[in-house]
Amino acid sequence: MSFFARFAQNRGALVGLAILLAIVLMAILAPLLYPESPWRMVQRPFLAPMEVEGFWLGTDTMGRDVAAGLMHGAWVSLLIGLISTTVALLIGVPLGAVAGYYGGLIDDALMRFTEFFQTIPNFALAIVLVAIMQPSVVSIVLAIAIVSWPPVARLVRAEFMSLRHREYVEAARLVGQTNRTIILKQILPNTLSPIIVLASLMVATAILLESALSFLGLGDPNVMSWGYMIGAARTVIRQAWWLSFFPGVAILLTVLALNLVGEGLDDALNPKLARERS
Amino acid sequence: MNDNTPVLSIRGLTLALPQGADRDYAVEDVSYDVARGEIMCVVGESGSGKSMAANAVMGLLPKGVRPTAGEVLFDGQDLLALSEKQHRKLRGLRIGMIFQEPMTALNPLMRVGAQIAEVFEAHGKYTSRERQARALALLEEVGIPQPDRAIRAYPFQLSGGQRQRVMIAMALALEPELLIADEPTTALDVTTQAQILELIRDLQQQRGMAVMFITHDFGVVAEVATRVCVMRYGRIVELGTADEVLDNPRHEYTRALLEAIPSNVIPEARGGERPTPLLEVRNLNKIFRSRSGLFKPAREVRALDDVSFTLAPGETVGIVGESGSGKSTLGRCVVRLERPDSGTLALAGTDFSSLRGDALRRERHRVQMIFQDPYASLNPRHRVGYAIAQGPMANGVPRAKAMRQAEELLELVGLGAVAVDRFPHEFSGGQRQRIGIARALALNPELIVADEAVSALDVSIQAQVLALLEELKQKLSLSLLFITHDLRVAAQICDTIIVMQQGRIVEQGTAQEVFLSPKEAYTKQLLEAIPGRAHEAAMA
Amino acid sequence: MLYARLIVMRLLKAVVVLFLIIIFNFVLIQLAPGDPAAILAGEAGATDQEFLRQLRERFGLDQPLYVQLWRYVSGIATLDFGWSYRQGMPVLDLILARLPATLLLTGTAFVLSLALGIVLGSMAAARVKKPSGSLIMALALIFYATPLFWVALMAVVLFSVYLGWLPAYGMVTVGAGHTGFALVLDVAKHLVLPATTLALFFMAIYTRMTRASMLEASQQDYVKTARAKGLSPRVIQRRHILRNALLPIITLAGLQAGQMVGGAILTETVFAWPGIGRLMFEALQQRDYNLLLGIFFFSAALVIVFNIITDLVYRLADPRIKEAS
Repeated sequence: MSFFARFAQNRGALVGLAILLAIVLMAILAPLLYPESPWRMVQRPFLAPMEVEGFWLGTDTMGRDVAAGLMHGAWVSLLIGLISTTVALLIGVPLGAVAGYYGGLIDDALMRFTEFFQTIPNFALAIVLVAIMQPSVVSIVLAIAIVSWPPVARLVRAEFMSLRHREYVEAARLVGQTNRTIILKQILPNTLSPIIVLASLMVATAILLESALSFLGLGDPNVMSWGYMIGAARTVIRQAWWLSFFPGVAILLTVLALNLVGEGLDDALNPKLARERS
Repeated sequence: MNDNTPVLSIRGLTLALPQGADRDYAVEDVSYDVARGEIMCVVGESGSGKSMAANAVMGLLPKGVRPTAGEVLFDGQDLLALSEKQHRKLRGLRIGMIFQEPMTALNPLMRVGAQIAEVFEAHGKYTSRERQARALALLEEVGIPQPDRAIRAYPFQLSGGQRQRVMIAMALALEPELLIADEPTTALDVTTQAQILELIRDLQQQRGMAVMFITHDFGVVAEVATRVCVMRYGRIVELGTADEVLDNPRHEYTRALLEAIPSNVIPEARGGERPTPLLEVRNLNKIFRSRSGLFKPAREVRALDDVSFTLAPGETVGIVGESGSGKSTLGRCVVRLERPDSGTLALAGTDFSSLRGDALRRERHRVQMIFQDPYASLNPRHRVGYAIAQGPMANGVPRAKAMRQAEELLELVGLGAVAVDRFPHEFSGGQRQRIGIARALALNPELIVADEAVSALDVSIQAQVLALLEELKQKLSLSLLFITHDLRVAAQICDTIIVMQQGRIVEQGTAQEVFLSPKEAYTKQLLEAIPGRAHEAAMA
Repeated sequence: MLYARLIVMRLLKAVVVLFLIIIFNFVLIQLAPGDPAAILAGEAGATDQEFLRQLRERFGLDQPLYVQLWRYVSGIATLDFGWSYRQGMPVLDLILARLPATLLLTGTAFVLSLALGIVLGSMAAARVKKPSGSLIMALALIFYATPLFWVALMAVVLFSVYLGWLPAYGMVTVGAGHTGFALVLDVAKHLVLPATTLALFFMAIYTRMTRASMLEASQQDYVKTARAKGLSPRVIQRRHILRNALLPIITLAGLQAGQMVGGAILTETVFAWPGIGRLMFEALQQRDYNLLLGIFFFSAALVIVFNIITDLVYRLADPRIKEAS
C-alpha cells in the first residue's frame, strides 16, 4: 500500500488535511481579500456578527473588522508554528543524535542539559523569555523553540540508542564507515518517521503556545494574532462574547487539524507489523 | 499408562485466516487425538500452523482467525461451540497451558505466589489461606529452590528456567486432564531445557494427564513424544507413534526435516598441521560494569576471564556455550565492536586489541562478521546491492566497481545478480542471511566471525545456510570463528571446539576430542543435555 | 532508609537545578537589551532614579560580573528575592501569600484530571472500535486541541453570564464575610469553574495515554497467561492490564507538572484566582520583572518537588526498581 493510501485510510486524517488546507488558503487569501491592515478601524465598535453587510463576524471594541483579523491571524499562527518547530528540530535532532549515538559521558552531559530544560515549567519560561527580550515575532519564535526542543532530543536519542546496536549499524562500523556516515546514512533515515509525526504535533503545540502568549499581551504588537484578539476581548466578554468566540474556534480547528494529520502520518509511516507466529 | 481414551479429539478442524494473509487457512482439515497418559508432539517449522489448533482448544485464537469446519471434542463437548464464558470455566481448571517465553509470560508487578493463587481464585476454590498453602506445595513439586522465598518473589527475581517452572505450577494447579505446552523450552538454555523436559515428563507420568506438546525441534520430540504429528503449511503430513515417525518417516518432508538436523556424526579432522596462527588471542579479559548510579553499587559481570586460543588460516574454530558464557562478547572483541580490558588480540602479527579511532577503522576490513538476526542485519532503507557495496566503497573502491562486485557476490551466495536492486524486506530469513554472508565477503576479510549465524533459522533453512558456508570455506579457504549455542551445529562445521562457561574456557580441542571424549564435567553435562541424543545413540 | 537516601539525593539534584535557574535568570537579565537596572525596574519605572540606584546597588551593577552573580545567588540563597517596587512588598511575601490558592487549584485539577483520565481511558481501551470508545477519544482530542484560556472564557459566558450557576471571578464572595463551613462552601463554588477548565486539558492527555498504554499492555504475554488461567475479563483488565498500564502514566504525570503551572497562569488570569499565576500576569502587565523572575524560580521549585513525589510513587508501584537500588 502506498503512503497516501495508508494515510487516506484514516478518515480523521483526511478531515484534518482538509481543514488545514482551508486555513492555509485563508492565510494566502488574507492580503487579497483584506488588503488593508487588520488594525484599522473600519466601522463603529461592537457590531454583532451579520449586523452590517460586509462585516459578517462583526467588529471589535475599537471598530476593527473581526473577519480581517481572523484571516491575517491565520498567517501568523501558521508561520510561527512552522518556524519555531523548525528551530526546535534544529536544536533537538543533532543533540539527540549525538547523545544517543555516542552514549557515555557525552550522553550524560547532554541529557542533564535536556532534563534541566524539561524541569523548568515551559510556559512560564516562555513568558519570561518573551517579556525580557521584548515581544516580537523573533522573540516569540525563539521562546517557543527553546521550550519545545527537549522532547525532540529525547525521541531522537531513544531512537539512536536502540538503532546504534542494531546489527546493520554494527555491520556498517565493521566495514569501516565513519561515524558521520553511519549517523547520517544508516541511522537518521530510519528515525525520520517518528520525527515527522512528532513535528506535526509540535506545530500544533506551538500554535497553542503562541496564542497563549498573545492572550497574555505578549504578542508582537505589529501583527494581528488570534490569541491577541481573544485577550483584547476578554474584558468585554459579557457584552460581546463573539469577539472571543471566533478566534478561539479558529485556534481549535487548526490545532485539531494538525493533530489529526499527525495521527494519519503516524498510521501511514509506522504501519504496525502484525506478524502472526505459529 | 496409555489407556487410549482420547481426552481431546480434533476432527477435520479448519481455521480461516483473515483476508490479506499469505494463505487462506491457518490449518486445514486437521484431525488428531490426544489420549490420557500420552504426550502428543505437534512438530513443524514456523508458519506451519502447529500452535493454531492449541489456541482453538484454549479459545485463545488470535483476532481474525475463525473456525470454518470441524470440531474439537473435549470430554464429549465441542469446544468450538462453547461461549466465551463456558470456555473460561474450562481454562485453567481442566485444560492448562504453558507458553514459550517465560520472561514475559508472568505479570512483572505481581508476586509469584499471588499469580499461582489466582488460578484457584478464578475457579472459586479454597480460602485465600489455603490458596497460598497450595501455591507453596506446587512450587515445591515443580522443584523451585527455596519455595518459601520464591512464593514472595517477583518474576524478575527468578531465572528463565525458574519462571518456566512457575508457569508449569500454575498450569497444573487444578490438576487439569489436558496440558498444552507451546514451545515451552525454546527460549531456554540446553541444560535448563533438559531439566524442564524431565519435569514435564515426570509430572505427566505421576498424574497420567494428556499432554499436547508443540515444538519445532525433533530432538525434543525424541525426548518426550509418545506420538507425533508433523505439520507443514497448515496440513498434517505425518501422524504416528514416536518410533514410527522418527525411525521410519514415511513422508519425504519428515525425512528432509530429520536429515536437516545437524547430526552428532563428526567430520574427520581437516587441515592437518597448524602453521603460524592467523589469530592469536592471549589472556583476554572483559568486565562489564553496570554504571554505579546514585543508589546502586556498580555491578560487575566478568564476561571474559583470561581467554586464550589460536586460530590457524583456513580453520574453523567453534565457540560453544550457554547464554551468559561470554561467547558473544569474545566474538565482539575479536571484531572489535567491544574493546577488551586487557590481553592481546593479534591478527597475522598486528595487535588488533589496542587500535583505536581512525587507525582501527582502516584495519576493520580484515575481520568481518555474519550476524544472528536476519531481520535486523540489513538496513531496511538500503537496496541489497548497495548494502554489500558500502564496505568496499568506505575503503576507497569506486562505486561502479563495488556494485559489480556486489553482483558477483550475490551470484556466489546463490541469490543471483538480479537481487542487487531489491530491498531486504523482499527476501526471506534464509535469503537475508545469504546477503549478510555476501556483505561479510565483500571486503575479502582474513577472518570471518559468525555469531549465532544460523540460530534464528528454521532447521531446513539452517541446513542450507550451513551447506553454503561449508562450500565457501572450501572455495575461498575462509578462516572462521563460529559462535553458537547449538552443539550439533558446531559439530557439523567446526574443526576445533572451545567450550565456554561464565567467561572462561572450560575445554578446548578438536571437534572429535570434545564430542567423543570430553574431559570436563561441564562439557559432558552439555552433551548429555542435547535433546534426542539418547534416541540417536540407540539408532547408531 | 532507602527512601530517605533517595530523597536526600533528589533534593541535592534539585538544589543544582535551582542554582542553574538562578544563573539562567542572571544571564537573561544581562543579555536583555538595555540597562539591566531599567529592565529589573520595568520600563515605566525607569524614571525613578532612587529605585534604579537601589537596584544597581543590590545587583552591584557597577561591579565585575562575578561579583554581581555572587550577590544575586547569595541573595536568593537567603530567600531574599528582592523588593517588588510596583506592589510595595518583598517578592517572597507576595509569592507566599498567593501560593495556597495555586496549590488548591492545581491540586484539585490534578486529582480530577488524573482520575477522570484513567477512568475514561480504560473505558475507551475496553471499547476499541465501538462508537462509545470513539466518542471518548474524539472528545479527548477536542479538549486537547482547545486553548485553555478560551475554554475558561467560554465557561464564564455559559455558566456565569447566561446560566448564572457559578461565580466567575475570585476565590471568595467579596464582602460576604463567610466563616467556617460557609466559607469552605463558598471557596468550593468558586473553585468549580477554574479547576474544571484546567483539568479538561490534562484529562484529555491522561485519557489518550491511558488508552494507548492499556492497549499496549493487553498485547503482552502475561495477559494471555491470565486468560489461560480462566480469569474473567474484568479481573484481567483491572489486575493485569491496568496495573501495568499505570506505570507510564505516573511518569507522564510527573512530566506534566510543568505544564500544570502554565495552565494555572492562564486559568488564574481568566478567573482572577488569587494565586501565583495571576500574580505573574499582574507582574507582566506592570513590567515588574523582578517579581516575574521570582515567580519563575518558585514555579520551577514547585515542579521539582512534584517530580520527586512522582518518583517516589513510581518506586512504590514498580518492584523492579527497588531491587535495582
